[in-house]
Amino acid sequence: MDLKNPSCDTTRAPVSQQGGVCTLPDLEAPKVTVNIDGIDVEVVSGTTILEAANQIGVKIPTLCQHPDLAIAGVCRMCVVEVEGMRTLQASCAYPITGPMTIKTQSRRVRQARRHILDLLLRKHYGECYACVRNGVCELQSLAEEYGVDFFRFGHPTEPLYEVDTSSYSVHRDMNKCVLCRRCVRTCVDLQEVGVYEAVGRSNQTRIETFLEKPLADVVCINCGQCINRCPTGALRANDPSDEIWAAIDDPTKHVVMQTAPSPRAGIGECFGLEPGHALTFEMNTALRRCGFDKVFDTNFSADLTIIEEGTELIIRLKKALVDGDADVKLPQFTSCSPGWVKFIEHFYPEYLEHLSTAKSPQQMFGALIKTYYAQLTGIDPKDIVTVALMPCSAKKFECNRPEMVDSGFKDIDYGLTTRELGAMIKEAGIWLPDMPKSDFDDPFGTATGSGVIFGATGGVMEAALRTVIELVAGQKVENFYDHADIIPVRGFDGVKYAEITVPEVGPVPDLLKDLVPSWDFLKGATLKVGVAHGTANAKRVMEDIKAGGIFSQCHFIEFMACPGGCIGGGGQPIPTSPAIRAARAKAIYSEDAAYEVRKSHENPAVLKIYNEFLQDGPCSHLSHNLLHTHYTPRGKFIS
Amino acid sequence: MIIDSSKGTLTYASQERGAGLAAALGMTPTALIEFVKESGLKGRGGAGFTTGLKWQFAAAAPAPSEAAATEAGTAKYVVCNADEGEPGTFKDRVILTDHADLVFEGMTIAGYAIGAKRGVVYLRGEYTYLVPKLKEMLRARRDEGLLGSNVMGKEGFGFDIEIRMGSGAYVCGEETALIESLEGHRGEPRNRPPFPVDTGLGGKATTVNNVETLAWVPLILSRGAEWWKSLGTERSSGLKLFSVSGDCAAPGVYEFPFGLTVADLLKAVGGGDAKAVQVGGASGTCVPAKDFGRRIAFEDLSTGGSVIVFGPQRDMLQVAKNFMEFFVEESCGQCTPCREGNEVLLEGIEMLEYGECSTSYLKELVKLGETMQIASKCGLGQSSPNAFLSIVENFRDELMGRTVAE
Amino acid sequence: MLVTPHMAMREELEALADTFGRDRSALIPMLQAIQRKNGYVSDLAMQEAADILGIHPVEVHGVVSFYGFLGTEANGRFVIRMCQTVSCDMAGKDAVARQLENDLGIEFGETTKDGKFTLEWANCLGMCDQGPALLVNDKFYTKVTADQVADILDECRKAFGATALQAEKEWLV
Repeated sequence: MDLKNPSCDTTRAPVSQQGGVCTLPDLEAPKVTVNIDGIDVEVVSGTTILEAANQIGVKIPTLCQHPDLAIAGVCRMCVVEVEGMRTLQASCAYPITGPMTIKTQSRRVRQARRHILDLLLRKHYGECYACVRNGVCELQSLAEEYGVDFFRFGHPTEPLYEVDTSSYSVHRDMNKCVLCRRCVRTCVDLQEVGVYEAVGRSNQTRIETFLEKPLADVVCINCGQCINRCPTGALRANDPSDEIWAAIDDPTKHVVMQTAPSPRAGIGECFGLEPGHALTFEMNTALRRCGFDKVFDTNFSADLTIIEEGTELIIRLKKALVDGDADVKLPQFTSCSPGWVKFIEHFYPEYLEHLSTAKSPQQMFGALIKTYYAQLTGIDPKDIVTVALMPCSAKKFECNRPEMVDSGFKDIDYGLTTRELGAMIKEAGIWLPDMPKSDFDDPFGTATGSGVIFGATGGVMEAALRTVIELVAGQKVENFYDHADIIPVRGFDGVKYAEITVPEVGPVPDLLKDLVPSWDFLKGATLKVGVAHGTANAKRVMEDIKAGGIFSQCHFIEFMACPGGCIGGGGQPIPTSPAIRAARAKAIYSEDAAYEVRKSHENPAVLKIYNEFLQDGPCSHLSHNLLHTHYTPRGKFIS
Repeated sequence: MIIDSSKGTLTYASQERGAGLAAALGMTPTALIEFVKESGLKGRGGAGFTTGLKWQFAAAAPAPSEAAATEAGTAKYVVCNADEGEPGTFKDRVILTDHADLVFEGMTIAGYAIGAKRGVVYLRGEYTYLVPKLKEMLRARRDEGLLGSNVMGKEGFGFDIEIRMGSGAYVCGEETALIESLEGHRGEPRNRPPFPVDTGLGGKATTVNNVETLAWVPLILSRGAEWWKSLGTERSSGLKLFSVSGDCAAPGVYEFPFGLTVADLLKAVGGGDAKAVQVGGASGTCVPAKDFGRRIAFEDLSTGGSVIVFGPQRDMLQVAKNFMEFFVEESCGQCTPCREGNEVLLEGIEMLEYGECSTSYLKELVKLGETMQIASKCGLGQSSPNAFLSIVENFRDELMGRTVAE
Repeated sequence: MLVTPHMAMREELEALADTFGRDRSALIPMLQAIQRKNGYVSDLAMQEAADILGIHPVEVHGVVSFYGFLGTEANGRFVIRMCQTVSCDMAGKDAVARQLENDLGIEFGETTKDGKFTLEWANCLGMCDQGPALLVNDKFYTKVTADQVADILDECRKAFGATALQAEKEWLV
């Protein structure tokens, strides 16, 4: 079985389904020399003209092309002249298989590109200065590069479509759509969710949802991958920054921010830094200067999630292996990715009992801030406003789920994306890279490296394994894996599988004594785990489970809705690409390596909360009330 | 209700069923392809690609191993493009009505040549009324051993044909859009390369040939490549069917060798007083009277056979408008130049109609038309401005400074 | 047992999938059969077809909306398509079109209240030498004059159901 290579037609399969990395050049393939603008370049047969031009620094404008997606060749911006051919060729789609002479900027080419831009602008409604993508819009950049200073074929003065703001996460303004179909390829091919498709024909073509329903009423999982790949402002996240500013400005409100690991690795890009530049502690200072009253680290609740979710797994395993309970559902699935949660609710509702009931770190934190923290500080929870900085658009939906009110209030008031915080910081006149560093606030201050790596695919699994191995085997995880780096679950392969044998067991730690008297049932056991990122890969694993394949034999599987995990989330800076995600992941893993404490169960703040507040321990009554949740079987049929 | 469109007896009528196929099966596939190449037969759909060459490419496409071929059931495909939709074209309807047997025989021969076991006729939805008769004919061919396993007793050569219907989309006449449609997608043309002969239906090597092209194949096999080459011109060998409509005494389907002049043709159909002739349908060229000496052949006026005659009373702007309206509806809408460009040109025509178009804007529209011709993704967008451009070039005096639109 | 519309549609599509196959290439023949039988492809049909073929409903929607002969809104029992392309235009399609609108009391793009007739424009029907041409379901009328319109409509009314159903049977052979 090879899950990495989908059986579907390769001309349609986006690169990310082949593991999130660009197709490796076939080194066996013959080499061909082509001449581009007078420069000879040798390329492997099958290289596109666009790739060949990039290799020698010749820039060809693109719009519908995206490194994560299948080739479309529809916008025609990248046309070039090939000697001996009557028509221009789309360089993104033309594979070089023999010698050719190519001109990327002849008169015919320039005129064609300018016409194409004029034609695109003819239907693109809106003013650049009143657009969320001002400054990061590919259409705007092209217009600038090609010196567009008037609208040759006109420009709309009235909107044609109503903006769809029905979703908590993703807003669609089709007036700005240029029909590049990246969102379609993202949703249908890359994520296999299938919300968008081109509907209608010719000049009536538009990108639509099924039955033209509002986004809130279709199978959208809110992953926001379409936003990340939209070249214009047609797709954007639902931005709560005005409400957050209002809360900050309100003296009666205590505004608490929690920051997830991935935004730290991405936010520098909003300030022009190269991807992979973490600004964790600079951001803390900036947030305080913006007026947030407290800045907490979501890694704290990530560690808590590991304890709760890990305990839940242990309970399931014990039920299955010791009590012989045939109804216990294994493998257990992670539940921290809200995009994945909605995906399974829509497409595999019959498997909802496999989902860990543990809430995501964001929601656990919210429930604790409005209970534990409120008690500790004596602040009335009704006056606390909780904001979560997330790399994610689905977190906005998650915090608005009706069940997420276990503190007696809305546990998290606002989900804020990396991009939106970048804009808030700029609005406050702060240049983030220049900020002095400062630490997170108590009482949740110290986090561990395990929490940090939640941001990359495989990270939750690695964090869980670090803890489970140590708790069960009673010895350092470093004895199994150098530096506690659990390499088999790392990396961007779309689907990963690993086995870890527990040779011997240690004493049960105090925290878990009430739940399991002895680890003997795990002695010599082989723990089988899986990791999938991007819902297309998640679907592959789910189909494998349905078919009784190797993943059905797993004990624990990590699912992340977004390619690359949270670092590639729908709230992260635009653009995205395999290279950008790899750089962000690298930043996260080096941050992990720098932590003194790298295992969730050693996090002193976590241990403290089990001592002081959740005194019955993980998966107890109180923890169930505050830190666990339930799910909604939604199905995929729409009426 | 449908009157017989044929004008005169078509050469097809004299062809004996099975004779061409028997001749083909007497050769090796390689020799057969050489023979068809030698005849110079070019695609009758309009693009004029050498048929034998197309077959050669499809035959040479990576031959899947025997095991793989069995597993997949069929390794290659012959697709008959019967999605006749070019305005002014109806000769394929006539062939399918009176000589469909030859089309099926041509497909079978193509299958033998390229190593395909399956053929698909993609028939435009408008011609659904033909289906029962076509199916009956296929049954008869199966009964006679002209289809099925071991065709005409040829050991190891099995071939069968199914009919699939179009659903009202002109662009599906473009071969890659046709394949997309057969695969259950929107009929949006693909990037080329790869070409269908290499990566076609279901990713398999596929030859897509026009109805008329396939129907000529058995005749060429029976009568010889020399017979075919003796007709037409050097670069456009053989006979061609023409669909003639518009302002003439006797519209219908005519058979002529390639190379006749527009004037010759007008004479034959009774269109002597024409002021212009559209050769090649909406995507073709509008030829003014001064150019009636031009020859209809791939090297001059290339055409799939559509000839529309415009009498002296016709308003050429209205003609251009009708064609442009056609493309605005029939573009698939995926690529920018075609989706938006056709609309801009139509709006420009409307500006001309109301006398509101400046000379400089008209110049800009002409440049846009040229961009569409070279930058569009497929043949539709590359040819949709043709009629507009040739009418602007030849009938400027009818277009400029109009005062009142009717 | 109570058969819901959902179950009935599922059963119908399953039968079609048995005929045409269960991969995506079966989609358009399935939709054509549904369109032929019901006069349109319903929301339910699109979702059920998607489920059977393992694709997304929105993809089916994309396909239905692309093709002129498929639609998501109910057509009349007789769909009258009038060719609007150049040869039929020159042959006088406007007069026939006007008469059709007058005699049916609807405009192009509409369906009569009794659900019997839908009037649509069509691009080149391939009857250029004998225009103006009309395609009524699968049947052609050529060299139509405005004067003949009433007779054509009467013919349809008399043959109500029969023409379409007969073709349907042949189609599914």
